[in-house]
Amino acid sequence: MKAKITVLNPAGFPPKVTRKELAPRLPTLEGKTVYLVDCRFDDSDVFLKQMQAWFAEHMPGVRTIFKPISSVYLNDDPATWEEIKARGDAAIVGVGH
Amino acid sequence: MTIESKYGVPTVALHTDKFDRVVHSVAATNGMGRLRQVFVPQPVMGKSARELRAYVDGNDPLTGRQVMLEVVEGLTRPFDDGDLGPAEFDRSTPRLVEPDTEENLHRLFLDNHWTDCLPIVLPSEERVAAMLAGTRRKPNEIVGRMRPTHFREAWEYTVEKVAVNAVMAGARPEYFPVILALAATGVSARGSTTSSMAAMAVVNGPVRHELGMNAGTGALAPYNHANATIGRAYGLLSQNLQGGSVPGLTYMGSQGNNYAYNSVTFAENEERSPWEPFHVQHGFRRTDSAVSVFTGCRSTAFTLGLRERHWREHVGNMLRGMDPHTPPTLLLDPITARQFIDRGGFLKMDALIDWLYDTARMPAGEYWDYQLVQNYIYPRATFGEEPWASKLKAAPDELIPMFRREDIHVVVVGGETNGYWRIMGCTYQKTVSVDEWR
Repeated sequence: MKAKITVLNPAGFPPKVTRKELAPRLPTLEGKTVYLVDCRFDDSDVFLKQMQAWFAEHMPGVRTIFKPISSVYLNDDPATWEEIKARGDAAIVGVGH
Repeated sequence: MTIESKYGVPTVALHTDKFDRVVHSVAATNGMGRLRQVFVPQPVMGKSARELRAYVDGNDPLTGRQVMLEVVEGLTRPFDDGDLGPAEFDRSTPRLVEPDTEENLHRLFLDNHWTDCLPIVLPSEERVAAMLAGTRRKPNEIVGRMRPTHFREAWEYTVEKVAVNAVMAGARPEYFPVILALAATGVSARGSTTSSMAAMAVVNGPVRHELGMNAGTGALAPYNHANATIGRAYGLLSQNLQGGSVPGLTYMGSQGNNYAYNSVTFAENEERSPWEPFHVQHGFRRTDSAVSVFTGCRSTAFTLGLRERHWREHVGNMLRGMDPHTPPTLLLDPITARQFIDRGGFLKMDALIDWLYDTARMPAGEYWDYQLVQNYIYPRATFGEEPWASKLKAAPDELIPMFRREDIHVVVVGGETNGYWRIMGCTYQKTVSVDEWR
């Protein structure tokens, strides 16, 4: 029988995961303002404008605002988030790829 | 995720289907496992408006449900108790692996994605103890934190954890201060980016000779034990200490990058360089030992020497062949380093970098149309960040600098068997002391 040996685990130490609260959902989108947030990644703007057109055709009671983030997706963008919080009801962010 | 958790705005995140595992994993480790996410086919890039409208009208390729139905539901369907999960949970990493035979442990390390798929040295307690003798630092001292991408949480690691990975790479204890310094940068050699990055590590100062590192013939090739194993250790410690580098989960490099096997690790040929060593250019003394890290290493250009008549044009062509998002670092054989002085009179490194900055130009219209410039530079330019905001004012046919001057670097390496040299497209990150980790 081959001898067993003891070795050390090479993985680092992950941080504790703490659950973050998710925002309550809306009862309806009718009459609400939805921001389409462009993360400025590889033609995401083209995609979100098509989604904006879909809302205009299928859910005209939803007001949509196309909003590119203020810089690159690697940076936090509090100005944009504050604007959406103040003037919007929901957000669709994309397209991550 | 910030807008949902910090600002309380109900949000749906859109992704392409190739990112299924990675985005669910990122959301979970950020405490938002039930974040509403909807997927469309890959790619979005390069598709026409009509094609992307078909994505909108079509189905989520992962669930088979209508994309817009999922979007609307994602914003309106209430969460139930099952969506919320535990308030918090610890994830721990045991110090030891369950004892087993060598054969089974090798298989376990491979199956756990703890290796670079080449054979490793198993990190027994005796071997790790021997590695730890290479530094005066305590085994439980925190060295740093690292993560594979901006969106992921950073993992923490100790001197002992770095030693485990150094053993696995086959490094000798005397190399350990350089490996600790690399770990202390916090710069991952296993970035998750779809662009398939690798790192480059340049060692300067007396430690090069102490370890017998190669700065001459074949310095960037597999012919020196210290170069090879220090670089391999940098890769292994990156993937293991940051929480993994697993394709589709914590690594998304579409093509991958062969430089990642040893992170282009070499010593600068200070003795044959006509200029100050790289670390001295970055605030260290010649008598200090230091290591500098760069990331990118995707694009290269190459040629032999500098011809008398058209050397300026040839170098300009090489620079314009690089992707303008990633700046150039010239890796010059000493023969070519001296040719730059003979041909161009660049007695000072600053003069050479000034010339490179001025030579690397292209029409503004072409520059702004590069995809990576569109992704990473154009957004910053449109919001007034210099020097890009000024570049944005240029007419389409106006020649504008491709790079920022401060991002252009030169390192001298090679054995003077000929004047071959190359440009490595890579971003300088930082230079750190090796001596502090002795």
